[in-house]
Amino acid sequence: MAIKTENFILNIGPQHPSTHGVFRLRIVLDGEVITDLEPVFGYLHRGIEKLAEGRTYLQDIPFTDRLDYLGSMTNNHAYVMAVEKLAGITVPERAEYIRVILDELQRIASHLAGLGFFLNDLGALQTPLLYMFREREKIVELFDMCSGQRLNYNYYRFGGFVQDLPEEFLPALKILLDTLPGFIDEYEQLISTNEIVLIRTKGVGVLKRDLAINSSAAGPVLRASGINWDIRRNDPYSIYNRFEFDIPIAKNGDTYDRYMIRILEMRQSVRILRQAVKDLPEGEIMGKAPKLLKPPAGEVYSRIEGPKGELGFYLVSDGTDKPYRWRVRPPCLLNLSALKDMVVGWKVADLMAIFGSIDIVMGEVDR
Amino acid sequence: MSDFWIHLLVYLVILFGFVIVSVLIFIWLERRLIGRFQLRPGPNRAGPFGLLQPIADAIKVLIKEDIIPSEADKGVFWLAPLVAFVPVMLMFAAIPFADGVMLVDLNIGILYILAVSSVTVIGIFMAGWSSNNKYSLLGAMRTIAQEVSYEIPLVLSILGVVMLTGSLSMNEIVKAQDVPFILLQPLGFFVYLSAAMAEVNRTPFDLLEAESEIIAGFHTEYSGMKFGLFYLMEYAEVLAVSAIATTLFLGGWQGPLLHPVFWFIAKVLLVFMFIIWVRATLPRLRIDQVMAFGWKFLLPLSLANLVITAFEILIAPDINTAVLIGINIAVMFGLVLLFSRFYKLGGGRVSIK
Amino acid sequence: MSVLSNTGGGILKGMRLTFKHLFRPWITVQYPEEKLAMSKRIRGNQVIWVKETCIACLACARACPVKAINMEVSRGEDRKLKVDHMSIDFGLCIFCGLCVESCPTKNAIYMGCGYETTTYRCTNVEKAEGQSFSECRCRELILTGDELGPSETRVLSGYDRPDAAEKLPLQTLLINKKGYFER
Repeated sequence: MAIKTENFILNIGPQHPSTHGVFRLRIVLDGEVITDLEPVFGYLHRGIEKLAEGRTYLQDIPFTDRLDYLGSMTNNHAYVMAVEKLAGITVPERAEYIRVILDELQRIASHLAGLGFFLNDLGALQTPLLYMFREREKIVELFDMCSGQRLNYNYYRFGGFVQDLPEEFLPALKILLDTLPGFIDEYEQLISTNEIVLIRTKGVGVLKRDLAINSSAAGPVLRASGINWDIRRNDPYSIYNRFEFDIPIAKNGDTYDRYMIRILEMRQSVRILRQAVKDLPEGEIMGKAPKLLKPPAGEVYSRIEGPKGELGFYLVSDGTDKPYRWRVRPPCLLNLSALKDMVVGWKVADLMAIFGSIDIVMGEVDR
Repeated sequence: MSDFWIHLLVYLVILFGFVIVSVLIFIWLERRLIGRFQLRPGPNRAGPFGLLQPIADAIKVLIKEDIIPSEADKGVFWLAPLVAFVPVMLMFAAIPFADGVMLVDLNIGILYILAVSSVTVIGIFMAGWSSNNKYSLLGAMRTIAQEVSYEIPLVLSILGVVMLTGSLSMNEIVKAQDVPFILLQPLGFFVYLSAAMAEVNRTPFDLLEAESEIIAGFHTEYSGMKFGLFYLMEYAEVLAVSAIATTLFLGGWQGPLLHPVFWFIAKVLLVFMFIIWVRATLPRLRIDQVMAFGWKFLLPLSLANLVITAFEILIAPDINTAVLIGINIAVMFGLVLLFSRFYKLGGGRVSIK
Repeated sequence: MSVLSNTGGGILKGMRLTFKHLFRPWITVQYPEEKLAMSKRIRGNQVIWVKETCIACLACARACPVKAINMEVSRGEDRKLKVDHMSIDFGLCIFCGLCVESCPTKNAIYMGCGYETTTYRCTNVEKAEGQSFSECRCRELILTGDELGPSETRVLSGYDRPDAAEKLPLQTLLINKKGYFER
């Protein structure tokens, strides 16, 4: 004789301590088990793509800062690379090395923030968050030294940079690189072998290979499902083919693998940084670029490996100084599209863990 | 007869004062200590070293507006904090602060305390049910499951101590500890502390008010003094649990040179700081993992503890104390390791490499 | 600890790490008693316009992405441009620094160093009779002409201006904090 039960609908609303930003989920619960899920987003839509059509190419660079606001340097890089491809501007050697250094530092900073908030969602009372933010503070201070602000950097320009690295940058970076692996070991000591984290995350929210490819996931989410795809290796841009580094791949695609991949990527970034700092040449930092940029008519799609995944810009130019179409490929939104299949069948507590492990920033999902 | 009434009144006043002052000090200590674990000072603006911070919190809670949701069940909503708080105060009646210094020296002391502490579950469920809020309902359902199932290992771990003493009275238990029972019953202490942390909803078992999932669980809709009572209840219960742990396992008020009350308070603070240390480090468990931990891990361990204690008392009652301590600690490690092999983490899906 | 690894060894390792943190100095800065020295190139909440060196070329007004700069220029008797009206609306400004980079003279417009620009009450308020503070049009955010000049609270920042950067103190960095670095 079956007991009569009733599903009830719970609204994890836009204001919630655990959705990273304003994001709404309507879930249908059967006791504690989730049977259906519907995401509702758009609460942070600002119309960046339309606003960018009315401004020149140079004036659009501050807008790219505000997409994924925890990873501004890589956003700038992706956009600047797209316009350089369209207009045919070459970048000098020193500027390319500086770009690699800043990108990899930004990757470490973004992974630290993402992991900190993931552990916060699991329930650790902000202790790992504060430890990770201490390291992120050191990196953000370096960026503050270069560009003048701590969050929206607006540092890259077409053809290189306008202001060179200050002279205190490299000694401070060397001190940071010497101590950062030790602190990453501390994080592993606190979290990776903790039985409670293991129970909560191993085997939870598995994203299978086929589903990962079909739903256009990218970045650490894709690599945790066992697919060997990294744009720095498969479609190299800038000077990444001069550095040697490994791409960490995991097998299962569960939440623990997504956490572990980010830790391993941080270590690989430190490795790239050491090589780049050693080989940094002297020279000029700005290529030949006209003051008022009027690229020839055409279209371009260029992509980089951002910390959240493949960030791409599709630009259509009609010969004037303002773009005709300015489109962002948002990695966070496409990583979210498989959320329903990952979550159905698990409990409410697992929803937060899975959602935190995809590591989204609402500025990019909604633009 | 009037002697009895004077004794009762004096102790009532002392106990109320003690509980309220201790809760204020505990709130301050917890916030400063968690801050130090997290590389920050904790509150240090309100008064010197932030000592007036709990008083500021209390004043804030008192002057806030009392909001009652329109669809809530008003009688139950109003009664729930009282039903949750009063049994916690009743628990303090039978805890000895010094030799014979307690409200009433019941000869069924520990049984009375366990019986009374089970009533708080009803209060929490009343709060969750009457709020007419799905988040509170989820929290309330989890409460019942967790708190009722952790009663059993709690009681069984205490039975080992009772067997060694031969009496249920709290004062007798303290007096019978020439060697503190934590050495003679290490397994019992471990089981008691885990079960007690689950009873009072402290991390890692604090999913009833898991802030990142169900916002605030059963007290989402409460504001003003009702919320203040829930807050007070939580810390008073932790105080009670620490006090019981020191009485049963750490030797209560016994200590060499200083006044017994001082030793009692020092030991209570020690247990409390350990509980804070665990809270600062660990993430929380999911509800089915909490149930599995209670039924499949703690319950067999506490039963095994009971059997082994019974054997030791019957077979070798005059054995040298040091040898007994050594045997007990070795048995504890052996049993915990053995059971971990059987109790597969996460139902067999997890292994550590 | 491998034999305890399934039992509780991981948890104990984590607790040992947390315990070690009790003995490290905290990294909190007790503002407002202690303040850190900011970066030399800080893009603070101020934009400073120096009237004497401006050649009224309108490059900064054209470079602004949000059209926060309003300038009116006219040609004087000696056939040189001069500025009639200059105002910046700080409610619109996003402090990106593109105006500072676009100035051809490199000493007419600077970013400011100040970041503590909050006040309790608006001072420059246009209020009708009987209106409350929340109903009036606040003109505090629009600065014109001489109010945009440098002063004691409006210090020039070194963003794209190396001459101003030399006068500023060195930035305090967290990696240089004493007694904290040893693990």
